[in-house]
Amino acid sequence: MMTSAKTAAPTISVDGVGRNFTVSGQTLVAIEKIDLDIQQNEFVSIVGTSGCGKSTLLNMIGGLDEPTSGEIRIEGKPVDGPGRDRGFVFQTYSLFEWMTVEKNIRFALEKSSFARAEKDELVAHFIQAVGLSGFEKAYPKQLSGGMKQRVAIARALVYKPSILLMDEPFGALDAQTRGMMQELLLKIWEDHKVTVVFITHDVDEAIFLADRVIVLASRPGRIKKDMRIELDRPRSYEVLTDPKFAAYKREVLTDIREETLKALSAGQG
Amino acid sequence: MSTAQSHKPGRKKSRSLFQLRQDIPDRVFFAAGFVIPVVLLLMWWLVTSLGLVKPLFLPGPLSVVGEGWRQLTEGILFEDASVSVYRIVVGWAVATVVAVPVGILMGNYRIVEGLFEPLISTARYMPVVALIPLSILWAGIGDGQKILILFLGTFFQQTLMIMDNVKNIDINLIRAGQTLGFTNNEILRRIILPAALPGIWDTFRITIGWTWTYLVVAELVAANSGLGRRIMDAQRYLSTDTILFGTLFIGLLGLLTDYLFKRAGKSLFKWSSQTR
Ligand SMILES: Nc1ncnc2c1ncn2[C@@H]1O[C@H](COP(=O)(O)OP(=O)(O)O)[C@@H](O)[C@H]1O
Ligand SMILES: [Mg+2]
Repeated sequence: MMTSAKTAAPTISVDGVGRNFTVSGQTLVAIEKIDLDIQQNEFVSIVGTSGCGKSTLLNMIGGLDEPTSGEIRIEGKPVDGPGRDRGFVFQTYSLFEWMTVEKNIRFALEKSSFARAEKDELVAHFIQAVGLSGFEKAYPKQLSGGMKQRVAIARALVYKPSILLMDEPFGALDAQTRGMMQELLLKIWEDHKVTVVFITHDVDEAIFLADRVIVLASRPGRIKKDMRIELDRPRSYEVLTDPKFAAYKREVLTDIREETLKALSAGQG
Repeated sequence: MSTAQSHKPGRKKSRSLFQLRQDIPDRVFFAAGFVIPVVLLLMWWLVTSLGLVKPLFLPGPLSVVGEGWRQLTEGILFEDASVSVYRIVVGWAVATVVAVPVGILMGNYRIVEGLFEPLISTARYMPVVALIPLSILWAGIGDGQKILILFLGTFFQQTLMIMDNVKNIDINLIRAGQTLGFTNNEILRRIILPAALPGIWDTFRITIGWTWTYLVVAELVAANSGLGRRIMDAQRYLSTDTILFGTLFIGLLGLLTDYLFKRAGKSLFKWSSQTR
């Protein structure tokens, strides 16, 4: 990749990162060594078998966990804990149940230096952007799973981070809702221009959304494939029946199948 | 919908009450709660009125009610109950005031858990009755000693339960707080605490029930009034009607407390997906 003029540092730079855990006295190598550069506004999906270290990697990018070796840099600066340049969406809805939709989102702005009026505007804008107008005063309990996750997305974006980290955000949703959420996410991404790192175990979802699909190999986690997705944007569900889509899918599935078989034969399945 | 479901038109569908995990009408559920007590009451009444057991061993329902009426009209009941309720409330409240911060810290900081857990886990198995002599030495023979016993009966278990309440919240709530830039202290007060509160409230409800069960133990020695004391005194004179009435009355007060906590919890934590 030769972006000659203004070769700024990549937005996210994962540099020789490894992560070991100690589990009952034994060292478990969750991630062996990962090198990965993600450019500004790129949409990157990460797929891999369960337990291959996807969440661990994302948590480290988010500053919620630290690498055992190597370094992660955001805009050239080493990550030192969570920061407001990154927003996070988790698989569990992780909303503050005692706050209304509006308050959940507003809570995320508390540490921002925006003026009051600006904050009001941002909250209103994002409620609208995720299609929750009219539900400002609802409590999370009253919302469906998809709606809850929309609140979580709004909460992660409202303070204007440049990076959005998502850990299987639609994993708990039914297929129809999931499809709607994917399209919504793409729209938000196109409108707000953020860099997205999106973890999923759904291959269709990974390809449909991303500019790049990273397949992780398991135990220890490392990059097995880094594949560019050359499908037109903006994308709609029609792309799912595109022959190019099918080719990508076959390739990723083959990789994942290989990894799953390896895990099974190692008695770890 | 209904046409698709009714295989046999014309027949009113009376769903069986014995479907696995199926809901039944609220009224049926409520009424079911009375069936066993009423049957027991009838058997009790039958057995005693037929003279199958001596009143010394089992007085009839009427004489127990009569005993209750006597205590009520003579003002004994009110006096006993107010003394006991006071001890329960203070004993439980003191336990709670200590257990909440300790439990919350234990649930959040492994080091605090490491410090307290072995001690508390051991202490919770202490037979509280055996501590009566010591409690008198330490706290005298006044209300303080009764409250100390109730505290000991409640505190340890309560602390461990609150620790669990805190641990049971979704870890991602804490992570969300971290990504939003909140400090540990803010996360503790503004995220962990409210998130754990419905669970902690439920612990309150359960533990105050346990405090009630320690009442007789608390009033075993050096008390001259109280619902538990009345029962112990009655033992000396073999007045089984007083014993039975006292026991049932404590049970009723416990039930009432439980109900009040449930109701309050429902309205305090309407937002919680745990409360239904
Ligand atoms: N805090 C931890 N302590 C010990 N082991 C962990 C911890 N977090 C993750 N692991 C282990 O690291 C591996 C990768 O986990 P994770 O990143 O959650 O996988 P994924 O998200 O891909 O399913 C797993 O084997 C998991 O058991
Ligand atoms: Mg994961």
